Amino acid sequence: MIKVSKLSKAYGDTIVVDDVNLDLPRGGVTAIIGPNGAGKSTLLSMISRLLPMTAGSVTVGGLDVSKTLSGELAKRLSILRQDNHIAARLTVRDLVSFGRYPHSKGRLTVKDKEHIDRAIAYLNLEPLADRFIDEMSGGQRQRAYVAMVLAQDTEFVLLDEPLNNLDMKHAVEMMKLIRRAASETGRTIVLVLHDINFASCYADHIVVMRDGKLAYQGTPAEVVTPEIMRDVYEIDIKVHTIAGQLISVYYD
Amino acid sequence: MADAQILQRGQLSQPVLMLMFLSALAILLMALFMTVGARGDWSFILAFRGKKLAALVMVGFAIAVSTVAFQTVTANRILTPALMGFDALYILMNSVLVFLFGSLTIVAADPIMLFMLNVAAMVGFALLLFRFLFSDSTRSLLLVLLVGIILGTLFRSLTDFTLRLIDPNEFIVLQDFFFANFNTVNADLLWVSAIIILVVSAVGVSRLHALDVITLGRDQAINLGVDHTREVGITIVLVTVLVSVSTALVGPVTFFGLLVANLAYVLIRDHRHVFIMPAAALLAVICLIGGQMLLERLLNFDSSLSIVIEFAGGLVFIFLLLRGAAR
Repeated sequence: MIKVSKLSKAYGDTIVVDDVNLDLPRGGVTAIIGPNGAGKSTLLSMISRLLPMTAGSVTVGGLDVSKTLSGELAKRLSILRQDNHIAARLTVRDLVSFGRYPHSKGRLTVKDKEHIDRAIAYLNLEPLADRFIDEMSGGQRQRAYVAMVLAQDTEFVLLDEPLNNLDMKHAVEMMKLIRRAASETGRTIVLVLHDINFASCYADHIVVMRDGKLAYQGTPAEVVTPEIMRDVYEIDIKVHTIAGQLISVYYD
Repeated sequence: MADAQILQRGQLSQPVLMLMFLSALAILLMALFMTVGARGDWSFILAFRGKKLAALVMVGFAIAVSTVAFQTVTANRILTPALMGFDALYILMNSVLVFLFGSLTIVAADPIMLFMLNVAAMVGFALLLFRFLFSDSTRSLLLVLLVGIILGTLFRSLTDFTLRLIDPNEFIVLQDFFFANFNTVNADLLWVSAIIILVVSAVGVSRLHALDVITLGRDQAINLGVDHTREVGITIVLVTVLVSVSTALVGPVTFFGLLVANLAYVLIRDHRHVFIMPAAALLAVICLIGGQMLLERLLNFDSSLSIVIEFAGGLVFIFLLLRGAAR
């Protein structure tokens, strides 16, 4: 499980994440939602050691992220941020192969190759495997990165806005795939989402942040209510049950 | 990884073929350089030309490898380590030395001592800059570059100031320091440089995989378990040592690294440093030896190889800038 205790991040006097305590259970999909500037991405960055914390601690699967060797952590925890810029020319297969680096340090074994092929197949990237990623669309590139994270084969997967750049079709496919990856392989997947409907339809657990603090958490049915949504987003949001799914409507 | 690919396809991959071609070309040029137009006592010619060849090879290697490594850790393909102000510091240091002690002292001083002094000062300077990297900010690499550029400007202004105070005769001596010169290299310095370069390469070769991962950017490198701050730090130190050795050996070379590094990226269609670094080094050796021969044999024009190479490198730099702006 992921255990966050008294976690804070401050830049000078500005507090971005404020004393967050959070326990995420093992397995399943957890979505972090909240308005812009709520500290969602910062929280995810600190959990994944990309950003040093000002105070508090994080343990992932029993390992303290600020004390464990980065190379060891990379076998248990993976993180994908939104903006990924690469100067070099890489093919999809090259990129996905990097996912095996924590396990093989650049010398790929037969087992590594199996993982790579499986990850490429999982995201339907076989026809694109030898294409250069700088020549692909944003959505294809996003899928290639997710394939890399899957090839890394970690118990815990953190994704920062994985639906960015994706159209509806690919966004739905991505969420289905994330669900499948969580249920088939028992991974714990935590993702930051902007669209509350995606969160309510695909997540097992929703964490709501506001002003750097943990505001609410629970199952979609517990969290996605007009009262909580109005409280967090400060606009009137109606929640309807359509075909068994909780759909928020906020277009005035 | 490379070997597995070769076995699988039953043929050599493109980067391996390209490296073989470049090696053959480099060896051919070296052989020509040693023998073409040789008249008289072979023992003298081989010793004389061998010294020059060794300087060209070492400088080529140092500049190429340091530029590629520097561009990888800064994730930017139009930067060179020279941007951090090393060349400016080198010129300033020598100007101040001449100003304080006079050119005679410098010319008469133990070259190895002077060399070590130059290397030590430049490495010290880089380590000082590098302290900024350990600050909390993730943008600190840019900060280091910015500070380097500004200090470079400061050094150049200080140099200008020193030059105004200096005796015109001394100035003539100093001018030798301002442009790279491959003809007046001290044999003892070659040994010292060779040892330093070998040590740096031995430390660096085991880190090539980590450099590959750093290509993906800071966040992905950390995700994949590379201690980014540490690896970038070590790389910067190694780069500094190489640049310092090359500068102290022949003088400042600014754009040359840019030229060979970008040629290597184009010729080697692979992201792995195991391929890119040797390719860049071979290209550097080919350019330096080829250029030197062209100047010596065809143009009968002895000491301005650096000017020609800087001219070509400068053109590539402008081309890269324009292409970047067009995107």
